[in-house]
Amino acid sequence: MAEQPKTIEIEVLRYHPEKDKTPHTQVFEVPFTDDMSVLQGVQYIKDYLDGSLSFRWSCRMAICGSCGMMINGIPSLSCQTFLRDYYPARVRVEALAHFPIERDLVIGMEGFIEKLESIQPYIIPKEPRTPAQGEYLQTPEQLAKYEQFSSCINCLLCYAACPQFGLNPGFIGPAATALLHRYNVDSRDGAQAERMELINSEEGVFNCTAVGYCSEVCPKHVDPANAVNQNKTNSAADYFLRFLSPKGGAK
Amino acid sequence: MNKRRPYVRPMDGWWRKNPYFVEYMIHEATALFVAAYAAVLLIGLLRLAQGEAAWTAWLATLQGGWAILFHLLALVAISYHTYTWFKIMPRTMPPVIVGGKKLAGWVITAGGLAAAAAASLALLALVWGMAR
Repeated sequence: MAEQPKTIEIEVLRYHPEKDKTPHTQVFEVPFTDDMSVLQGVQYIKDYLDGSLSFRWSCRMAICGSCGMMINGIPSLSCQTFLRDYYPARVRVEALAHFPIERDLVIGMEGFIEKLESIQPYIIPKEPRTPAQGEYLQTPEQLAKYEQFSSCINCLLCYAACPQFGLNPGFIGPAATALLHRYNVDSRDGAQAERMELINSEEGVFNCTAVGYCSEVCPKHVDPANAVNQNKTNSAADYFLRFLSPKGGAK
Repeated sequence: MNKRRPYVRPMDGWWRKNPYFVEYMIHEATALFVAAYAAVLLIGLLRLAQGEAAWTAWLATLQGGWAILFHLLALVAISYHTYTWFKIMPRTMPPVIVGGKKLAGWVITAGGLAAAAAASLALLALVWGMAR
């Protein structure tokens, strides 16, 4: 016999820039089965209850990083959060915290894209190398140094978990710093000095007060808090060691 | 015409919105007790430098009811601060590689707590021995 569908209340924070001055909540009654994610619940609303509801999603399997939302106040990927875990209580869904709301559950992410560009998230080789010289070789130890930080999917849950970013949106923040660190500790890369300027800047790592919640909510176990805090040490070393360097701290 | 009008939510009361942030704020607040206790010890040093009478008077003050109450409060606050300090420690350190593998976070936390407990007990034993 088919499973009897249950009904759960989903409370959504709505915001339509054309007609709303401020966001407001709206509650929907959504029939669900135990295998349904919060994302599927929201999709049900759009398909059957209110086609104007806006949200981002793509892969449905926690790899694209598009469907991040605040679910009962916790930054989560809605595709790997299940309605059954909240039933029979109501589940509250809101756009990712600390970002401007563009419309309903859609946030404005230009700020992050600019930060991502600024860290130069690609390998800048130490010296030019031709294909004839063969591939770059790396030991497993060299790979282990950055592998964890390369797992970031830019889902921005860590920013929604970072009160310092909420209070100062200029802060380069957890994910961008984790990716910066990923390239800085790569044995093939030679642009550490350029990226250190960003780490040391007003927008850099010293905005972090080690709350640590960013790493707690990261769905890919990147541990961005670790990248940020390791770079506090690097930044301090950079500051003091320049007095000892032959160039005498030109910057 | 551009219809975009991004809405920025206020940050008022942000730390009350998540139990994790409440814990963080308590951790930060208990640091004040660490500072207060450092001040108590510094005053003791100052009184010692002022001579025997001043030192004895300071010791007598510490035996008063309010001083004991403060010590109990400080013990609770500093214990909590120690616990949350070592809890976050693995996130703030470079990776520790032992035998080619990264040391797990809980080992660092447990190691820190064990070191704090051992240091406290050693100090207690030392002072106890001197007081007898």
